[in-house]
Amino acid sequence: MTRKQRRLAMIGGAGVVLVVAVGLVLNAMRDSIVFFSTPKMVAEQPIAAGKRFRLGGVVEPGSLERGEQLRVSFKVTDGSATLPVAYKGILPDLFREGQGVIAEGSLDKAGVFEADTVLAKHDEKYMPKEVADALKKDGHWKDDYGNKPAAPTTSGQTSASAAEGGK
Amino acid sequence: MIAEAGHYALVLALALALIQSTVPLLGARLNDGALMNVARSTALVQLLFAGLSFTALVWLHVTSDFSVVNVFENSHSMKPLLYKITGVWGNHEGSMLLWVAILALFGGLVAAFGNNLPLSLRAHVLAVQGWIATAFYLFILITSNPFARLANAPAEGRDLNPVLQDIGLAVHPPMLYLGYVGFSISFSFAAAALIEGRLDAAWARWVRPWTLIAWIFLTLGIAMGSYWAYYELGWGGWWFWDPVENASLMPWLAGTALLHSALVMEKRNALKVWTILLSILTFSLSLLGTFLVRSGVLTSVHAFATDPSRGVFILMILCVFIGGSLALFAWRASALKQGGLFAPISREGSLVLNNLFLTTACATVFVGTLYPLALEVLTGDKISVGAPFFNLTFGPLMVPLLVAVPFGPLLAWKRGDLVGAAQRLIAAGVVALLAVAFVYAWTRGGAVLAPLAIGLAIFVIVGALVDVAERIALFRGPLSISLRRASGLPRSSWGTMFAHAALGVTLIGIVCETTWNSEYIAAMKPGDSTKLAGYEFKFEGATQRQGPNYRELLTQFTVTENGRLIGAMAPSKRSFITRGSSTTEAALLSRGFSQLYISLGDLNDQGAVTVRIYHKPMVLLIWLGPIMMALGGLLSLSDRRLRVGAPKPAKAPRVLQPAE
Repeated sequence: MTRKQRRLAMIGGAGVVLVVAVGLVLNAMRDSIVFFSTPKMVAEQPIAAGKRFRLGGVVEPGSLERGEQLRVSFKVTDGSATLPVAYKGILPDLFREGQGVIAEGSLDKAGVFEADTVLAKHDEKYMPKEVADALKKDGHWKDDYGNKPAAPTTSGQTSASAAEGGK
Repeated sequence: MIAEAGHYALVLALALALIQSTVPLLGARLNDGALMNVARSTALVQLLFAGLSFTALVWLHVTSDFSVVNVFENSHSMKPLLYKITGVWGNHEGSMLLWVAILALFGGLVAAFGNNLPLSLRAHVLAVQGWIATAFYLFILITSNPFARLANAPAEGRDLNPVLQDIGLAVHPPMLYLGYVGFSISFSFAAAALIEGRLDAAWARWVRPWTLIAWIFLTLGIAMGSYWAYYELGWGGWWFWDPVENASLMPWLAGTALLHSALVMEKRNALKVWTILLSILTFSLSLLGTFLVRSGVLTSVHAFATDPSRGVFILMILCVFIGGSLALFAWRASALKQGGLFAPISREGSLVLNNLFLTTACATVFVGTLYPLALEVLTGDKISVGAPFFNLTFGPLMVPLLVAVPFGPLLAWKRGDLVGAAQRLIAAGVVALLAVAFVYAWTRGGAVLAPLAIGLAIFVIVGALVDVAERIALFRGPLSISLRRASGLPRSSWGTMFAHAALGVTLIGIVCETTWNSEYIAAMKPGDSTKLAGYEFKFEGATQRQGPNYRELLTQFTVTENGRLIGAMAPSKRSFITRGSSTTEAALLSRGFSQLYISLGDLNDQGAVTVRIYHKPMVLLIWLGPIMMALGGLLSLSDRRLRVGAPKPAKAPRVLQPAE
């Protein structure tokens, strides 16, 4: 093979791998990307029952109820709308009423958000970024949400996922 | 006084960096040895001043000088000494100071140990280091001064985020930074080669050890971060595909590719242009990681827009260095001479394949990490790209790479014999198939994918062993000859074996943990017991305890297996007074490579504690793998040809290689 042919073979091989990778990415983009919503967005544009999304907002103070066998229910609010959430499992360390939360799951037929994962993501303001942005956009941001400083080194997250063991 | 001294030392370091980034270049233009040698002294003195500045900040934290904003916001007088020290890099300003201190350390090391480098190459390399240092000193001094004072010194500090008060996270950032910043050396070498327009095998020989050092630290840093997440976040996850983690994985993938392509360049003088490009890309990804973590863009695009000084500054650094180096590459790369020829089926060819898959995998991680950011900036839509995305893209790309790994070292340089390599790997293939059958039967026909993945891992491990066995002609002659050959085998071959086998080890850990992990969650009262994976856990009781800067709910569990006591576990939950937040301290009990894991949830009204108990089979292999990889890297680093450092290709070690 001449240098040119070898180079063509090499570029061809690289092209094949890249095409496969692009295909994988596009396929994954279609199936495994989860959109983010707030209670207000759900109220305005209803999401079909069973479709997965991430719900973000503030845990409404006084709404947390603990049931039998680690069942918990609470309400997520963004100031203008509220959505009830049901979850089974241990809530993360940083979960508390009046603080930001993100839950992942889907709506059931009764309009209750069945969460299988609850994330209490702690940035330096103890508020998930999607929630903070949404609250600020709608003018419901209160400065006292941000009064707990934390080191911004980690944007680590604590999370609780009840569905893992069963898989 | 100490704070002002530290600040002043940092300004002096900036001044030295400015000299270092200009005078040696002038010297190289004028061919003036004295001017070129300025680089060496400035790099060493700059290390001294950056070190002094960093030491000053450590001192302020240790003595709890709350008149300094940084100390006030991140420390507390009751915090244990260890965390007073590690709290220095548990915040933005301090960690950036650590970043530049490590940069100065690497510059100083090149200056101190680069005696065998050609004078002009060393001058250019250190000048490029000087540019990077200048940019980051300016960043710290203008936007994130760690030595800023408060007008009225408060009596007490606000304490460090409790999840960071942990030994794992104490060591993780310095390791990671040693990796990130270490890649600046190969970047500087690449830029220097482009400026000089000269590039030969000797260049690769000088670059490879630096890349290896950075890679070893990055490997260990990532593994440590993962282990920290596993035991500290309380739910046993060890990789979240979080943007912060991806930010460290991307330079690792590119750096791994660079290690392999530099090998081709060193041995065969081929793939020059590609190696240069990879050096630039690897450090660019390190810079991108710094940008993602430090600019606040991940925390909130909103915050980035309202307080843009830091983010925009790092973004500018990013654009100047990545854009500048790529422009330099586009301009000068064509001037580099073509390298040696090789057939597609050859050692070189296999290393190209390795590079192809690693960089493509890196690109998919890049897309998954940055697509949500780009989409939010462009359309305002918020999406989350989580584990499913990466499992569907990164995973499939790793499979062909892992299949190819054992073949690479068995192929000869220039023109390889694929059939011959396959024949020598028959044993590995047979063992792998037996493993698949055994695991499939043992798990009674459960998941199909998991046994196949374990088979692949076994193939990689045995393949790595076969490579060395072939080299020392094991079982083909008297054992004494094999042993003699083994002792004469270059250490880099042992390094390859360890690092490649480590891939298989990690894969086994990942597959076992994700497939056969079992979990139990319930509210338990003292005296309750439960069974999981053949173990019985008895909740003995709970006590309250006072720690140095927290209160702790400490619980006692005893674990029995078939009625025989095998150990006690004491998970706890700590409430930190100052921050009003709590952390979960999971209890771990190792059984071979498997672990039992207990973490606590809330204490409810009836005195019951919610408890999560996990059995994580083979989980320790996930981190044993990276440790083995780092060990492999260390062996390779101690190889004779890198220690001796003669710029001629070493002939001697290759005598023992078969089929050449």
